[in-house]
Amino acid sequence: MSMIDPARLDADPPARPRRAGPRGLTPIVPRATVAGRALVAVVAIMTFLAGLTIGSVMAVRATAQAWRSDVAREVTIQIRAGDPAAVAAQVKLASELAAQTPGISAANVLTEDETARLLEPWLGTGLDLSSLPVPRIIVLRLDPAAAPDLTRLRRTLTDRIPTATLDDHRGWSRRLGAVAEGVVVTGLGLLLLVATATILSVVFATRAAVATNRTVVEVLHFVGARDGFIAAQFQRHFLRVGAEGGAIGGAAAAALFLAVALLPRFGVGGDPEAPSVFTWLHPGPWGFAGIAAAVVLMACVTALTSRLTVYRTLRAIT
Amino acid sequence: MVRFENVGLRYGMGPEVLKDVTFGIEPNSFQFLTGPSGAGKTTLMRLLFLSLRPTRGLITLFGRDVSSLDPDEVAVIRRRIGIVFQDFRLLDHLTTYENVSLPLRILGKEEPSYRGEVSEILHWVGLGDRMHVLPPVLSGGEKQRAAIARALIGRPEFLLADEPTGNVDPTLARRLLRLFVELNKSGTSVLLATHDIALMDQFDARRLVIADGRLYVYD
Repeated sequence: MSMIDPARLDADPPARPRRAGPRGLTPIVPRATVAGRALVAVVAIMTFLAGLTIGSVMAVRATAQAWRSDVAREVTIQIRAGDPAAVAAQVKLASELAAQTPGISAANVLTEDETARLLEPWLGTGLDLSSLPVPRIIVLRLDPAAAPDLTRLRRTLTDRIPTATLDDHRGWSRRLGAVAEGVVVTGLGLLLLVATATILSVVFATRAAVATNRTVVEVLHFVGARDGFIAAQFQRHFLRVGAEGGAIGGAAAAALFLAVALLPRFGVGGDPEAPSVFTWLHPGPWGFAGIAAAVVLMACVTALTSRLTVYRTLRAIT
Repeated sequence: MVRFENVGLRYGMGPEVLKDVTFGIEPNSFQFLTGPSGAGKTTLMRLLFLSLRPTRGLITLFGRDVSSLDPDEVAVIRRRIGIVFQDFRLLDHLTTYENVSLPLRILGKEEPSYRGEVSEILHWVGLGDRMHVLPPVLSGGEKQRAAIARALIGRPEFLLADEPTGNVDPTLARRLLRLFVELNKSGTSVLLATHDIALMDQFDARRLVIADGRLYVYD
């Protein structure tokens, strides 16, 4: 420094500081005074809940989409029970009419055994259908490339075979879509609540950290630090807290979904005849990407919230 | 450099603790600020350091009306002022070296760029061998010198020192006074608040005496 009289300086050369570079400098805001472990736990729990919500919503959407897609590829013709000979003739005619309709790639008449299997969940096994007025079912497979004119087919069937009805499952498909959309909206609501709870937790933790480090803030002000510099010191801590908590919560959520996916391989819930949560709760790649995004978002929200809170608190102090 | 015109200050709805204070501080000047305890010395220092805003009157610092400064401008003005607090205000979790280098660190300077400079000033104030200890380990005099080093490291144009010799023995007090005088000779204006008459008698300088909230200037 030019202000210093060299004659007054010690003869010894300046000692090398103990720490060699900026990485070695002590953080200006002491880490121990920032609400660490408790906030990491809160962020981890919130990220876990967000991850579960995202994964479940994605699984429900994907499953509903798959079901709707399956349903949309098939329609059924039902012919009411009656005189067996007449019914057989009606089935044959209906199959021919369907086969002649453009856009229908196959028409499959269910046998009595296949029909019995469909009724098993309601009537039990080993039943004799000959004593019951069971309708005959014709399953029509649709050509995905060329949609058939189902309205015309329905009219033709009704004209030619009064006991025939055509069911394109549209109502069921609509209800399934509505349920899936409901789950998505509910999931978004849950995510909003989780984000709000996280932001509030970080706001309180930041205020507490600034209050605890009031002396540090004052000294920084007195040596000419801008509010942005002071906010950045706190933000760095909270970014680390958010990233740590987010990673723990996100990893836990992802691990849970992976466990659910792997359990059927070990014989848990893998029976296709007895569907359970294990058979459909698979978030897919987009679900896991969503969980990863939740981790990043949670760290960013934590850092940004702390920065804004420090700014507001500093303005109040000033 | 500094101008006060009819400045008054009251805390809340209380009585005025400073009344019609008018004075100026010129570049490269040296002055003592003195007066009995509770007369308003520290309040005046806080006004000078923009830690308080006046209730009435006009304060200009480096040609700027302080009432019109936004927080960022206040920060920039403070970088031109060095301050030594009566209670040191060192950060206990930072070493002496880190405390002294704080004004450079907040400017975004890299540690290697100021290492020699900080080391030099610490040797100058006699803390060359206490660089890497934490403030709680330092004696009162050492803390005071560390606080002075921190105030000087940014090469301020104006130095405020609030009872800088209050915690040191007479020998060190004389040495610190010489340090301030040397600093003044190098072009920094100095305002040294003290009620140590013996210390003031050692150096012939302008005296600002504050009593009952009023300021009396003795050139």
